[in-house]
Amino acid sequence: MEQSQPNVGLFIPCYVDQFYPQVGKATLEILEKLNCKVSYPLDQTCCGQPLANSGYERETKESCQQFLNSFLKFDYIVAPTGSCVHHIKERYSKILNAPELQPSLNSKIFELTEFLHDILKVELQGTFRHKIGYHASCHALRGLRLSKSSEVNTAPFDKVKSLFEKVEGLEWSQLQRSDECCGFGGTFSVKEEAISLSMGKDRLADHHEAGTEILTATDMSCLMHLKGLADKKQSTLPIMHLAEIINQIIS
Amino acid sequence: MSSRQEILEKIQQLRLDQTELPTIPEFKNPINTEEEFKASIEANKGEVISQEKLMSWISESGFQKILNFSQLINLNTTYARIDDAHELDQLQVAIIDGQFGVGENGAIWITNEQVPFRAIPFITEHLVIVLPKNEIVPTMHQAYIKTSSQSYSFGLFIAGPSKTADIEQSLVIGAHGAKSLRVVLV
Amino acid sequence: MSHSKASTDFLRNTEHAKWHDETLWMIREKRDLASQKVPEWENLRTLASSIKEHVLSNLDQLLLEFEANATKNGIQVHWAKDAQEHNQIVLDILKKQSCAQVVKSKSILTEECHLNPFLEKNGIEVIDTDLGERIVQFLHQPPSHIVLPAIHLKKRDISELFHQKLQTEKGNEDPYYLTQAARTHLREKFLKAKVAITGVNFGIAETGEFVVCTNEGNADMGVHLADVHIACMGIEKLIPRRNDLGVFLRLLARSATGQAITNYTSHFRGPEKGKQIHLILVDNGRTEQLGREKFRNSLKCIRCGACMNTCPIYRRSGGFSYQSTVPGPIGSILSPGLDLKKYSSLPFASTLCGSCTDVCPVKINIHEQLYEWRQEITKANPNHAEILSMKLASGIFKSPLAYRISGILMRKLIKNLPDSLIYNPWNVWGKGRKLPETPQESFRNWYLNHRNNEQ
Repeated sequence: MEQSQPNVGLFIPCYVDQFYPQVGKATLEILEKLNCKVSYPLDQTCCGQPLANSGYERETKESCQQFLNSFLKFDYIVAPTGSCVHHIKERYSKILNAPELQPSLNSKIFELTEFLHDILKVELQGTFRHKIGYHASCHALRGLRLSKSSEVNTAPFDKVKSLFEKVEGLEWSQLQRSDECCGFGGTFSVKEEAISLSMGKDRLADHHEAGTEILTATDMSCLMHLKGLADKKQSTLPIMHLAEIINQIIS
Repeated sequence: MSSRQEILEKIQQLRLDQTELPTIPEFKNPINTEEEFKASIEANKGEVISQEKLMSWISESGFQKILNFSQLINLNTTYARIDDAHELDQLQVAIIDGQFGVGENGAIWITNEQVPFRAIPFITEHLVIVLPKNEIVPTMHQAYIKTSSQSYSFGLFIAGPSKTADIEQSLVIGAHGAKSLRVVLV
Repeated sequence: MSHSKASTDFLRNTEHAKWHDETLWMIREKRDLASQKVPEWENLRTLASSIKEHVLSNLDQLLLEFEANATKNGIQVHWAKDAQEHNQIVLDILKKQSCAQVVKSKSILTEECHLNPFLEKNGIEVIDTDLGERIVQFLHQPPSHIVLPAIHLKKRDISELFHQKLQTEKGNEDPYYLTQAARTHLREKFLKAKVAITGVNFGIAETGEFVVCTNEGNADMGVHLADVHIACMGIEKLIPRRNDLGVFLRLLARSATGQAITNYTSHFRGPEKGKQIHLILVDNGRTEQLGREKFRNSLKCIRCGACMNTCPIYRRSGGFSYQSTVPGPIGSILSPGLDLKKYSSLPFASTLCGSCTDVCPVKINIHEQLYEWRQEITKANPNHAEILSMKLASGIFKSPLAYRISGILMRKLIKNLPDSLIYNPWNVWGKGRKLPETPQESFRNWYLNHRNNEQ
């Protein structure tokens, strides 16, 4: 076992590092509990997505290179985010005009639950007695294809939820709109503030009607937006990143 | 330079690499085409009725202005033959033959062979299409294979009566064309 | 007006905005059900996309083939390099027929070319015959959706409008009653019209025929009663083979409204005896778009409108907020190609959620093109303030040290300032949302204290 211990580089998105350190901790602890050798490169910065999505992809070449310098040496790069992982996986080789990078990006970088499902092939055992509202973050859903989107007519699959199949007491909320966007969208949330708020409120209402006790997602950015809206309305909606739930189950 | 030449040259100057044109599989689905067809017509707000029911509907309705172009059913109609489609504005019932139907969507193929004027299936208040029940294909793919050697000048798939939902998405049957479609399978 | 300002206005009427969102979502759900009934749905999307890929890669040859076959069938083919030439060709045909009133069925191309105002300026009355289009025409509005032109209106608006224009009973909002009033009004126009204009859904190179799809039957009522049919077709509407129609017609109506097929699908191969068909092939910026590698496949669009119905932004901002002929996600990748400055806010009116791409029956990578247009727009329309802040951010992110310092500053700043003073863009954030609570230490600091020294 010791010999096959995967050597994992932990990538913690900038806003998670600053605002949600507990999500970083949970991710680290999960990977350690699952027998990975985990390192957090101290010279990591931001993946560059906020700039790129704002139309300044060309300004991110150096931060892309910085990321690769920090991480390419690992067997795997794992992060508690679908969005940043999608950006790195889908766009870095184009931004750096280096198609030769693509195979290593494809085989190395994973969103946390995707890594647990595809590489570690984990089946979580334990108890979590709550009705969970799962918000399917768009970049994890339609970008990384962690589950089948509602638009596409292929055989259903859900890598995230399948991890929890054996977990006792856990129930998923049945939503009216199973995978509508929360309206965060990075700078969209401030550029198109009115629509962003309207979309977020509609997601919250859907979860409220479905009886969601805890709202979760692969991405803290969606949860930050939804939680911010809920708090403003003084409605209590506990949020937990998937990493926090998983870490609690396997403790 | 003509615009034709200008447009064509603009395209040619791009020197795009020609991509392959895919072959279309037949997609033969194991479905009961007649049942599927009936369900499709009903979903399109048409009706599939028997010949007897057609006859009783016509006699009970008291329609005066009826034109029968069908070769498949006998019904003498007294409405004068016309030489201009505009004269059909008051036409109450047109009966025409369909060549074949499509199970998946209820579409019925008609060409200029079936009608002396193209306007007939549209301008009539009620439309009746007579269709041989063994002439139903499963999908649009078979429909186009079946008609590939036809040399019509006008071809039409009719799948239901004229309809609209442009007022608050409320479905209304009878927009500009026929207010009803009855299909008689023979 | 930017998209964000227009959408803010739209959302002020919360009740109407909710209705708009829910109605279009209902159509998206109908589309889901209809598409799920076709086991080979995903195969059809792939096929349709590859067929259109071939068309775009071989457009000149297919246009010539189409022209030759259509001409052989007795269709008179015209070529227009831009909107102005298209409109002039239409006017010349109308003048030759001494026609002062023309009926027209739905054609997004004629909207794009602004044909109606042009003809009206030249003394010709244009009567839009699609019910939704007639309604918006009465109101001097453009359509707000390419398939559902009057989706922004409620029946009480239409009832009031028809009371004024068609003398219907005041207050009668029954859709059947209102539709019958329009039927009577338009029947008279159909019977009088000498010339009818339609759009084209598909042109088939192999046979030279073209296909027009409607549910109301208005296109057919127009052209079969008129002496002259003018069909306006964008050059990208071509498909190579007649059999390809099987693929596209199975996708089109299911994607558009959730119907298995439109109730009328008319195939025009030649004119009726003693009549004429004119077909105008229009470029109007399409060859430029064809030359833009990243945006080329936007020309695959078959105008089903599914991307509008699924788009959470379109549903909550309405078609007019885009201020372009084709609104919604597909409009936001087509319109910047026509006028980059005018439509510069459209590619930003998206969260890049990707629903449009997954719903698209011809698999246009719409959300990726929105991303690519953003890159073009920031190059072409330099917004200095934004560049400065982006450069600043880029300077921060590429230097780990600077990044760390700025992170510490950010946390301190947010912690110590009242919400109202927090700097942009967080102050916009803060109007409708609370900021996250700031933790005692970043993950990095925690890691340094708890893990790093173990190594």
